[in-house]
Amino acid sequence: MKTTDTPPAGLGKTGLPAQRTTGVPGGAAKAKESKSEGTVLNVFSHGMLILWAFMVVLPLVWAVMTSFKTDADIFNSPWALPDTLHFENWSRAWSQAHMSDYFLNTIVVVGGSLAGTLLFGSMAAYVLARFDFPGNRFIYYLFVGGMSFPVMLALVPLFYVLDNTGLLNTIHGLILVYIAYSLPFTVFFLTAFFRTLPTSIAEAAMIDGASHTRTFFQVMLPMAKPGLISVGIFNFLGQWNQYMLPTVLNTDPDKRVLSQGLVELATSQGYKGDWSGLFAGLVMAMLPVLAAYIVFQRQVVAGLTAGALK
Amino acid sequence: MQHGKYRFILGFLAIPLALYAVFVIWPFVQSIYYSFTDWTGLSPDFQMVGFDNYTKMFEDDIFWKSLWHSVLLALLLPLVTLGLALFFAFMINVGGRRRRGAAIQGVRGSGFYKIAYFVPQVLSIAIVAILFQFAFDPAQGMINGLLRSAGVEGDSLPNWLGDPQLALWCIVAVLVWCTVGFFVVLFSAGMASIPRDFYEAALLDGASRITTFFRITLPLLWDTVQSGWVYMGILALGAEAFAVVHIMSVGPGGPDYATTVLPLYVYQAAFRDGQAAYATTIGVALLVVTLAFAAVVMRVGRRERLEF
Repeated sequence: MKTTDTPPAGLGKTGLPAQRTTGVPGGAAKAKESKSEGTVLNVFSHGMLILWAFMVVLPLVWAVMTSFKTDADIFNSPWALPDTLHFENWSRAWSQAHMSDYFLNTIVVVGGSLAGTLLFGSMAAYVLARFDFPGNRFIYYLFVGGMSFPVMLALVPLFYVLDNTGLLNTIHGLILVYIAYSLPFTVFFLTAFFRTLPTSIAEAAMIDGASHTRTFFQVMLPMAKPGLISVGIFNFLGQWNQYMLPTVLNTDPDKRVLSQGLVELATSQGYKGDWSGLFAGLVMAMLPVLAAYIVFQRQVVAGLTAGALK
Repeated sequence: MQHGKYRFILGFLAIPLALYAVFVIWPFVQSIYYSFTDWTGLSPDFQMVGFDNYTKMFEDDIFWKSLWHSVLLALLLPLVTLGLALFFAFMINVGGRRRRGAAIQGVRGSGFYKIAYFVPQVLSIAIVAILFQFAFDPAQGMINGLLRSAGVEGDSLPNWLGDPQLALWCIVAVLVWCTVGFFVVLFSAGMASIPRDFYEAALLDGASRITTFFRITLPLLWDTVQSGWVYMGILALGAEAFAVVHIMSVGPGGPDYATTVLPLYVYQAAFRDGQAAYATTIGVALLVVTLAFAAVVMRVGRRERLEF
């Protein structure tokens, strides 16, 4: 770090005191100046922080307000508070707009693919992290390379692969695809995590006669729990919020997931003018994730940022 | 230890690797092959046509528009998002007024800001896009509602997504809105690990907050900023940009192709126009752009790693 006002070397001893006496008033004036500059900066930066907080919260508040208003109210005054809470918007969205079906489909798809991702991801990561065998590095980079490829490129042929195998527009087909596309990050993250775990406990288990498989399920997996939670939260949010994969690969109206259903609702309701029903659906879809975020705030933040810090 | 080792390795790798090969690797390889054919996707018959699809692509105006928008997003989004996030994170963690007891600390309410800013990150990109599609509505939307109460009337109210001049900027704004909070939290974690003495030493030497930021915070945070840059670029060229443009923009991709991006054009060529082979050609262009972007960022951003 460079200091700001180092006196030039080689000055005579007599030069120093003189400089110091003239230096003091100048320094004080400078300090005063920077203080007022600091105040301006303070007001500006606080203003920016508050402004951004408003910009984040305002659209969400507007959505919640709109979901309780009648359509006439929405069109006349977008910012007025609802006169009474119109809960019928919510029940209309839940039953007539099939939000209940979309929720159910999403829970099945995400539940299945999350379990599969964690199981297969940790199996592959454990082997890649702990065993030496020819091709280990190659397989690892094959998985990790998948993180930076544009998924859209693969989706065109994948559509026809699924069509030919009868997996297109099926829930289990979608689950398999979700698992496959979640593997790169999961393997990358868990391989790094398994490497940090001590080897001695696994060796002790082996000496006691446990097989490799048993060591993995009964010793290593419980030890890897913090890593599994992080990568699980990451995958849960990614799969719950997935839009591109189901849009291309799951076009059957009965099997739509939440994000697809809402987009469908937006396109159809937008023309009909039923904004209140649509916004009730939107808020309904936001609530579980938001509630989970507020409750598990620390874990969610850790889970989502853990990968990027590695 | 050696007993049954290879059987175990094979048993554990077989299923994950098979899934990955069938659903990810194989389609990638196929798509590059298909880009040299005249496959429509509708019938199983096709022939090799050499570089015909590539010549067609280079003469296609819509392709150039999509490419330009994608490149613009990949350059602009990281700049705006990371810039804003660095500013907010610095204010939240280091920018506070000097109070008694601690020389360096964040502004008041820093915990609240971090929680609030992160919220868009947990929302589905589809939900965010729908929300803003309606917020940008010229007649009943929230944004023109605010403008109206500020006194803007009639024709001077912008048409946002319907205006070819403005539509792409609306897309950029929504993507920035979604992503800033994540990086504020990420950079905050990075800043928390920078030793306090560095700041205190700089303060004693009379450094202003701006100097402190550029001379201490940014250099020590550089690795995180760089990986954030790659992450944002991939996002701008990938699924998030597709979702926002596909849901929000008129058409989608309009008005007058003002917002179309490469992934959207791949999707439309394959599933709307029945030109699967041509779609994979555009996809290959997208792959080239993505890899080039990552390579450039890694090369330009390379610096000596600072240990502390």
